Amino acid sequence: MAMATKGALYRYRHWRPRLNRAGFIAVNCLFVISALVPFYWMLTTSVETTQELNAGATSIFPHRLTSQAYTQIFSEADFARPLLNSMIIALGTTALTLVLATPASYALARLNIRGRAAVLGFVLLAGFFPIIAMVGPLFLVYRRIALLNSYQGLIIAYLIYTLPLAIWLLTNYFGQIPKELDESAMVDGASRLRALWRIIIPIAAPSIFTAGIISFILAWNDFTLALSFENQPGSYTAPLAIVNLGQSQYQVFYNQIDAAVVVVTLPVALIVLLAQRRIISGLTTGALK
Amino acid sequence: MPADSRQPGHAAIATADDRGRPGTSARGLAGARRTRRSSGARRRADRSVGYLLVAPAVIALLAITGFPLVYNLWNSFHTVQLADPGAGHGFSGITNYKELFDEPGFSADLGHTLLFTVVSVTFEIVVGLALAVVLNKKFKGRGIVRAAILIPWAVPTVVSAMLWKTMVDPQDGLVNYVLRTLHLPGAGVTWSANAWASWAVVIAADAWKTIPLVAIILLAGLQIIPSDVYEAAEVDGAGSWRTFWKITLPLLKPALMVALIFRTLGAFLVFDVIYILTGGGPGSSTETLGYLNWKAFIVNSDFGYGGAISVALVVLSLIIAFAYTRLLKPST
Repeated sequence: MAMATKGALYRYRHWRPRLNRAGFIAVNCLFVISALVPFYWMLTTSVETTQELNAGATSIFPHRLTSQAYTQIFSEADFARPLLNSMIIALGTTALTLVLATPASYALARLNIRGRAAVLGFVLLAGFFPIIAMVGPLFLVYRRIALLNSYQGLIIAYLIYTLPLAIWLLTNYFGQIPKELDESAMVDGASRLRALWRIIIPIAAPSIFTAGIISFILAWNDFTLALSFENQPGSYTAPLAIVNLGQSQYQVFYNQIDAAVVVVTLPVALIVLLAQRRIISGLTTGALK
Repeated sequence: MPADSRQPGHAAIATADDRGRPGTSARGLAGARRTRRSSGARRRADRSVGYLLVAPAVIALLAITGFPLVYNLWNSFHTVQLADPGAGHGFSGITNYKELFDEPGFSADLGHTLLFTVVSVTFEIVVGLALAVVLNKKFKGRGIVRAAILIPWAVPTVVSAMLWKTMVDPQDGLVNYVLRTLHLPGAGVTWSANAWASWAVVIAADAWKTIPLVAIILLAGLQIIPSDVYEAAEVDGAGSWRTFWKITLPLLKPALMVALIFRTLGAFLVFDVIYILTGGGPGSSTETLGYLNWKAFIVNSDFGYGGAISVALVVLSLIIAFAYTRLLKPST
């Protein structure tokens, strides 16, 4: 009896960590698979021909790979234009965000200005303002000053997404740089602005880069504002063009839509794979401070 | 030069100084002292540089967020209908707000929005927490898992919505493929014709995209819990389940609150995923307040009624945020 219990106990002790480990791996796989399966389906759909799709012959394993859909979106649907629009607007937003947020964050972190708490509070609050509520008033203003269907209009509007986050992030980062650094520069006769330009910005370059990456992703990903302010095909952004691809035709060609989706996903997927650590630290400093 | 320029005493002196000598005299004095680099002059110079550096960003933010809110408030008490110029632009009192309560759209959409918010936020927080707990363990390949789950966060909503639209397409979708291959009922069914199925797809697409962010916020919360509390729990013989409920969850409360506020407001204001996946349909069964507001602005060009919806959205968002901060208070 005692032997049997001992045996059972041994087996329990022996197997339990292994079972736990197997369960742990299984859970991990489940998460990774659910994150990636839709991407896989999109990839396989995008390399199938329209005929195959029409025949309802879609399969987990594509019969043969064709780039038909990719050629079509560029030759027939002129997908290059919206891609270019998106790239210009996202880069413009990133640049404008950094130009506005870097000096402002330095002042908020360092220069002891009055109303600092109020400004930071407003910035935090602005990050939570409903985007949809900005659509109407901005539309009316843009209509009056001819910013509908323009790059500038969207770049300015995208600051709603990027500026609060960038200021919040950079203010936190600048606060962590030792004060002695800019002070020693200023003892040597440099002005505040010179210290910011020559000392602080080079030191904070990785953080500024992080803020830039996140700004780019947010601008690249927008749909709501582009849908509201861009109503001519020539000024569509890539996400807008994709949705239009699905609605403009009598029949929906999923291979073309998914080819466009692959093309739009590539830049952000690359950014995430290369800068995963930075993005995560950027998102969490913003959230937990 | 004082070691810490934020010493309260110095700040107080500088403030009194600034108040006492307004205008040109203060600037002249600061200029004269600048050669000696006295801390008072430096601080005043710093301040004026500071305002200059902050001003562009603050003005830009006010112009694109503060001003539209005020403009909405104004519009909501006026007739602003672009499609009907004959209606004029007069003061309309509370007509627009009355419309919120009189027309069935607003109350029905409020119901849809609350349903979507409660279901999707609960689902996202539970799965996000599980994911965060898994990612908090050290194991080989953790970087790959983290990158894999971060990609859904980084892709455009259009991508996540289109992926799920492809997945559930009655002809070309993975769901249909699996059902067909396994000879299960439901193959070839047009899910978008059914209100509940449409909701399920919307929630799946939204959760798939937002769970990574929830997990990352919660993971950061988990990582700042000191390991000695876990060691103490182990010494006391607490099982892992008990440790999770009694130690991890309470210590995770601040991060949980951040994730909850983020996601609740995000879900409450949902628009793009609905527009792309269902267009509010079938009928108007998946129409949310965000969708109704967008329709009022862009489709119907009624900026008075739209303004009233926006004001309602802002007020309801504030109530949600306030409720959460009250929830957070007692324990901290």
